Order: sequence, then structure tokens, then C-alpha cells
Amino acid sequence: MTQAPGAPRSFQEIILRLQTYWASKGCAILQPYDMEVGAGTFHPATTLRALGSNAWAAAYVQPSRRPTDGRYGENPNRLQHYYQYQVLIKPSPPDLQELYLGSLAAIGIDMQLHDIRFVEDDWESPTLGAWGLGWEVWCDGMEVSQFTYFQQVGGHDCAPVSGELTYGLERLAMYVLGVDHVMDMPFNDPQSPIALKYGDIFKQTEEEYARWNFDVANTEVLLRHFEEAEAECAAILARDHVDPKTGKRIIMAHPAYDQCIKASHMFNLLDARGVISVTERQAYIGRVRALAKQCADAFVLTEAGGFSNEDAA
Amino acid sequence: MPDLLIELFSEEIPARMQARAADDLKKKVTDGLVEAGLTYAGAAAFSTPRRLTLTLDGLLAESPTVREERKGPKVGAPDKAIEGFLRGAGVTRDQLEERETPKGAVYFATIEKPGRPAAEIIAEVLDTTIRNFPWSKSMRWGAGSLRWVRPLHSIICLLSSDEGAEVVPFEIEGINASNTTFGHRFMAPAKVTVSGFDDYAAQLKRAFVVLDPQERADAIWQDATNQAFASGLDVVEDKGLLAEVAGLVEWPVVLMGEIAEDFLGLPAEVLQTSMKEHQKFFSVRNSKTGRIERFITVANRETADNGATILAGNQKVLSARLADAKFFWENDLRVAKSETGMTAWTEKLSNVTFHNKLGTQAARIDRIAALSREIASVVGADADLAEQAAKVAKADLSSEMVYEFPELQGLMGRYYAEAACLPQEVANACEQHYSPLGPSDVVPTEAVSVAVALADKIDTLTGFWAIDEKPTGSKDPFALRRAALGVIRLVLENDDHVALKEIFAKGYEGADVEDLMSFFHDRLKVFLRDQGVRHDVIDACIEMDGNDDLTLLVKRARALQEFLGTDDGVNLVQGFKRANNILTQAEEKDGVEYSYGADRKFATDDAEKALFDALEGDGGAISTAIETEDFAAAMGGLAALRQPIDTFFEAVQVNADNEIVRRNRLNLLSDIRKACGQVADLSQIEG
Repeated sequence: MTQAPGAPRSFQEIILRLQTYWASKGCAILQPYDMEVGAGTFHPATTLRALGSNAWAAAYVQPSRRPTDGRYGENPNRLQHYYQYQVLIKPSPPDLQELYLGSLAAIGIDMQLHDIRFVEDDWESPTLGAWGLGWEVWCDGMEVSQFTYFQQVGGHDCAPVSGELTYGLERLAMYVLGVDHVMDMPFNDPQSPIALKYGDIFKQTEEEYARWNFDVANTEVLLRHFEEAEAECAAILARDHVDPKTGKRIIMAHPAYDQCIKASHMFNLLDARGVISVTERQAYIGRVRALAKQCADAFVLTEAGGFSNEDAA
Repeated sequence: MPDLLIELFSEEIPARMQARAADDLKKKVTDGLVEAGLTYAGAAAFSTPRRLTLTLDGLLAESPTVREERKGPKVGAPDKAIEGFLRGAGVTRDQLEERETPKGAVYFATIEKPGRPAAEIIAEVLDTTIRNFPWSKSMRWGAGSLRWVRPLHSIICLLSSDEGAEVVPFEIEGINASNTTFGHRFMAPAKVTVSGFDDYAAQLKRAFVVLDPQERADAIWQDATNQAFASGLDVVEDKGLLAEVAGLVEWPVVLMGEIAEDFLGLPAEVLQTSMKEHQKFFSVRNSKTGRIERFITVANRETADNGATILAGNQKVLSARLADAKFFWENDLRVAKSETGMTAWTEKLSNVTFHNKLGTQAARIDRIAALSREIASVVGADADLAEQAAKVAKADLSSEMVYEFPELQGLMGRYYAEAACLPQEVANACEQHYSPLGPSDVVPTEAVSVAVALADKIDTLTGFWAIDEKPTGSKDPFALRRAALGVIRLVLENDDHVALKEIFAKGYEGADVEDLMSFFHDRLKVFLRDQGVRHDVIDACIEMDGNDDLTLLVKRARALQEFLGTDDGVNLVQGFKRANNILTQAEEKDGVEYSYGADRKFATDDAEKALFDALEGDGGAISTAIETEDFAAAMGGLAALRQPIDTFFEAVQVNADNEIVRRNRLNLLSDIRKACGQVADLSQIEG
């Protein structure tokens, strides 16, 4: 096990250490996806890359939005915008648990003093048509990560299987830094000339978004966006695989998937506005899942999705 | 004779699956070995979060040689037939034996299956076991195709005897069996080499792994109760939680912590549920006050600071959880105590669908309230109170606490109804109207609770009957059998006389009342059979009027069963059946119904006259007894008829030559049938 490198002093130091650690383990350190998503899993680097036979190893921070979780910045650990750290390795290496524990050590969790446990937690994303088996990882009774072996994504069996790690960064950092309210957490080094706390950066935005999410967002516009994204996704995928301009085979799986992400976020916003009834809810989730499935179907026909010309022959 | 040790070492197995998996491993392996002829003296299986272990002792070193004799074609049969037989049996022509049979000379082959060494059989059985293991949920990992509950890492497969130990050559998907395993993930992660089961268990213990789940559970319980006792407290017993926690650790370390003062005012059930569901903590109670004051958590390791860091962390997590619970509790109380009170919640339920064909929860509550009013008078409850109770009984479904902890439904309703200063009967009905939930659950006895509990279940039953979603075979997704049993127990245990068909008719519109009633009678038969009441006795009573009053029906059945246990009872049924048979035959033959009433003046025989007397006297006594539901007296009346009926049949020929006398006697038999028929349909009684 790695030597405990001493306690980190800020939120960003924890992120930097995770980046350094996973880079040292051979992951490509990607940047966040430039769209609103509900979780790091939605990043195409996870959802799409978990499909097909190509090997893959990536790690990244993903800003995530869950409009219904907004609490105007008042709840000590609930936010409508927060960060997840996401690792996806395919095929899942045999020592993934040890690699994961190494990452905890890297951010200053001393395994000799803490009680780390792998507690059953099967993961399922009804909107992505995805599921896997694994655990929530507990540190002294607190959930610090989700650990999942993907079995299916977008209705496709995953072969090989990807190992996915998701860290809820704020919660994990609050624990490591010994902070009780997220807004009090040092974002940069507290000794910096201009020391910033999480609240200095996000208290106001939490308020603004909470008001917009819950009371102001124009539901007619959201609904229209949802339907437009849904239609565009289908339209993109309906195009001929061969681009008439270049004569190349170009399946537009990623642009289509962007529309799926968009529809999913519109649904989350509509949900926060309280305009979706219990029965309608299932129907909306089903519609997003149908998009995710079509994107997955398309992706596995691309090179990144493991398609080769031999397959075509 | 060698011993066998198998260990399947994997990533963390879900706690709830471990015990079953250990049993399955034992069964699959031993069944496979025995089927291959490899018997053993003893077997035991164990589980920890990371391993399934099986030990067998006194195993045969090889399977016995088996001889099988096979009958072939006749001597002199065509060569083709003989060759075919040789191929099938795997023998040569000179190995065949000719034997005389009643059908002539026939070839016989003796096939010998030589015994095989244990290791070879074990390897085959283990392969089959692993590939076909009955996990409720399993997965693939990496680039492989093998399925296991979580990634499988190593396998011990070791045969040991006095001469030493030998690894059984075995490989599955790149994992080779060995004689090594690993200790505790954090306290002793190094490789451990073992020579047999005793050595394995002992070495594991030195490497901070307690192999036996029962031993872990016992140690946890003992340590927990000791620590609580030392502080003058006691641990709230929870066997399910204990088993689960024992499945989360290999090296249990019990730690007791404080619950912050702020949260001690929460209802005990809320503390307990929150701690158990989210954190898997035991609750520690002050038995004098009944309050939950501390918690017990079980860590998976020892630490240099004696668990101080671990405990502090757990305490912090708990505080965050309880802060949520307190937030919900205070918000809910604010609503309950507000001007609108719990009706604010009920209104919200108009957005919640109960079932897409049966409308919203709010609509359902209105129906239950109306029905509770109807039932109230029958079960001795105040109609206004019953209606009021029904209106708020499900309000807590909209509360924040029940949203977070659905298992607290009803109970929170009681707390909130009390906070809203509603009458105590109403508050109690909030909690109790779901009962009885199972056969062992307590039945409410307060009239208001009984009325709402009945209305709730009858609305459900009539509703699902109306949309034709009845239980079929083993499928009962809406737990309708349980609901019917609940109604049965509510009525019987409270001794309430409820004409169910009338109530059904006032339930959800469109239910087939007769069909629902017969469903109830079926459930009642199952319920009474478990209590030793004969099915023919129940059938005899179901045939009677008023069979929808289950209390009456059961009283009748119990009295009849008791009567049938007596000599009088047995004979009376014989007499009744004889009368009934003669009468039925005569009625069929003559094409008339002999129900005009017999006339005493045509009685010729003393026995006949005596029967007239008895039917007038005792027959009358029976109807009086039935009217007052005094079934013991009714059975007494029947008992008194036995002698005169017996004597009548001994002395009198029913089919007399004189047609007037004959018809009068048949009418007399009809009177017997009528008298008996007041009590039960005795023709249903067997024997």
C-alpha cells in the first residue's frame, strides 16, 4: 500500500491528488464533458466507452447537476451542482479493489486507523438502460464511493466488463478535511493569499439555481427542448452511415448521444419544477432510455465501439 | 481416508447471500461426489465476506469399481445386431457370456466401470459447482465469461491425509487451485499456506479472520451486551441485523458511541430505523426510560487508537443522518399542528396514484372513510370517529419522515395525530389500521381501529375484484390473500357479527360479491384447517344461510365438530343420512317433494309416535337455540333426536303398503331433514 502522504488541506488538493494518482496508474486524465449531466456516468467516456471490445482507461472530474437536490446552499451536504470523480477501466483489472484503496491512501486516508468496508449496492440507471453489481464503499460508516462492475449499458451486455469508480467529491473531501458544512470547506489552500472557501464560489450560485430550478424555469420551453432533443437524436441516427460529402463511413453516435444527455437534463429540470406526475415520470424515463439505447446501438457500429471492417464483411 | 478442504476466495460477497451460498456449496459438492460414488463421513461449510469454505472428512480415496450387467440379443441373432450391442456396451465378442433364459439362449455383457481417484472426481464436481452455482444475482468481470457473485480470485482445493496434503489439480478460467489463501484485507493481507482444515481455520484466526459466521455473531452479541450492560443499558435485539453485520466483517470489533443530545427527543422508532437502515447500527436503550441513548457499530478491524477514529467518524455520519430525521420530524410536526393539520397531507395524496385502474390514494381514502362509517355500527364504533380516523389514517404517506422511511407508515401517523390533538382512538387507528399484516401480527381490538382496518382491506379486495385482478395460483402481487385473512381474523378475534356481503356491496363498485365471498370461504377453510377444524364440517356450515357472518359460521362449525366427536353425533348423522337417502329416492321416484308436514293421526307405531313427540319438542328447541345462536343447545337438541330416529328406523318400515301411511312417513323423514337442516347441511359430512 502507498505510504500515506499526509493530510490534504483543500478541496482542490484532493482532486489534484486523485488526478495524479490515477494518472500514475495509467489512466488518461480527461476533462469534464461540456454539457449538463446528472452524474459522471453520463460522460460519453463512461457510457459509450463501456460498450464494445476496445480497452479503455480514463479518469476525470465531472460537474454534475441534480436540480431536485438544491437547498439554496443551506443544507450542509446537499447541492444541486456538485462534483464527481469518475474512473472507468475496461477490462476491469483483477486488482481494481487494491487500486481503489490506493487512491484513498493517496488522499490521506490512513488505512490503519479507518474502517473501510465494501457493502453490497447494485447500481442501476433506468435512464441509461444500464446496470452493474458492486458496492458502496464505506469509510467509518460513511459512503465515500460507488464501485461497480458494469454488466449492461444501453441494453447491451458489456464484454469485456468495465470497472467503474465514482467518488462524491464534496462529501469525501468534507470527511477528509474534517468540515461539517460544505460551504465552509477550503477550496484552495487556506494559507493562500486569497483563500477561498467552497461557499465563496458556490453559495450564491446554489441560491440562484435553486430559485430557477424550483420556481422560475419555463416549463413549456423545457418541454419543447425535451421533445426537440428527442426528435434530433432520432433524426441524427436515421442518417445514412456513409457521409455523402466525404464518402466516408461516419456514424454520428456522439452527436446523437449529446441530444440524449440534453433530453435527460430537461427531464430533471421538469421534475424539479414539480410538473411531472408519478405515472408520467416512468414514461419520460422510458423515453430517455430509448434514446440511450439507440445511441448505444449506433456506437457499437463505430470504430471506437469495437467495430472493424472484418465485422462488416 | 482423506479430508477435503475447498475455499472460494472472492471480492466481498453481499452479506444477505453468504449463509445460503455456504449451504449451496456444501449441497452441490457433496451431491456431486456422492453421485460419483465418493462418500464421506462429515461436512461443514462456512462463509465470510470474502470466502466460502467447505470441509469434508472421511472421504473415500477413490470411488468403488462398479459392475453392470447388460442383456443383449439372442444367440444366433444377425451379426449386425450383435455388433451394435458390442459397440454400445464397449466389450468384445469373446467377453460375452451365453445364458439360457425362458426365451432361449441370450448374450450377456458385464461392463466394469473401474473406480476413479478422488482428486479426479473432485475436480469435475468443483468445476460443475462453480459454473452452475445458484447465485440469485451473479456477474462477469474483466475479459472473462465466468460468472460469480463478485470477481473470484483464488481457490483452495486440498486433499489431506496422514501422509500429507496434496493440491487437487484444478483450473477454471485461469484460476489454478492451490493451498494458499489470504488473511484479513487490512490487518494481515499476506498469503497464507495451509495443510488442512484445522490448520486453515487456526491460521486464519491468527490472520484476523473468524471463519465461522455463528462465532462472529455470538462474539458481536456478547461484546455488545457486555458494553451496554456496563453502562446500565441494554441492546435492542435484532437477529436479522446481527446476521447481516456478522456478514460484513471478518474480524468484528464492537464499538459503542453516544447519540448527540439534540436527537434524543426523536421517537425511539425513528432513531432505531435510521440507525439500522442507513448505518447498520444496533440501538442501545435505557430500559428505565425506554429511550434510545447510544448506538453500537461493528468495525472490521482493530486500530492503534482502539477505534477512536472509527467511532468518531461513525458518530459524525450518524449526526448528519439524524439531523435529516430531525428536520423531517420537525417539519412534519409543524404541518400536523398547523390549522389544516393532517388534511394538508391527505390533499397531496390526490396526486398519488394507488393503482391506475383504481384511482388516486385520495379517492381511496374517501371510499375507506365512507365504508368505515358503514362498518362502525356493526363493530360497535362511533361512526363519526371511524370516518374521521379513516380520513387521516393514511395522511402520513405524504409526510417527509415516511417518504424517507416507508416502514414507519402508520406509526408516524399516530405520532402526528397525537400532535394534532386528534382523539386517541383516531391516533391509534392511524397506527393499527394496517394490521394484521401477517398470520402472527396482533389484531387491533379498539372498535374504531377495527372499523378502519376492515374498511381498508375490504376496499382493496372489492377494488381488485372489480378490475378482475384476483390472485391466481402462486401469484398474488397485491397481497389479497393476506388482506382477506386480515378481515377474517379481525372479525373472528373481535367476535364481531359482520354481514360481509352487505359490506362488500358497499365497497368498490362492480365487484362480484358472491365470487369474493367464496374466495373468503376458501381462505377461511385454510385458516380453520390450520386450527384443526374438519373441511367437511366447514362445508356443512357454509351451506347455511348467513354464511357471510364468519363469526356465526365458525361458532356453528366448532359446535358441530364437537358434536361429531360424540357417539350421539356419529349416530345422528347416520340416521340423518338414512332418512335423507330414503326420502331423496322416494321423491325422485314419485316426482313430488314430501314437505307438507306429517300428520300425527296417521302414525301407527309407538316408535313413530315417539319420533313425532321428539321432533315437536326437540325440533322446536333446536330452532329456538339457533335463533339465539346457542349452538351448544342446538347440538343438544340434535343429540336428543338420535334415539327416537334410531328406534324409528329399527321398528318402522317407511315404505308401508298403505300409501297414506307411507306418504305420512316420508313427510316425517322430511321433518327430520328440516330439523337437522337448521343446524348444518349434514349431507356434507363424510363417513
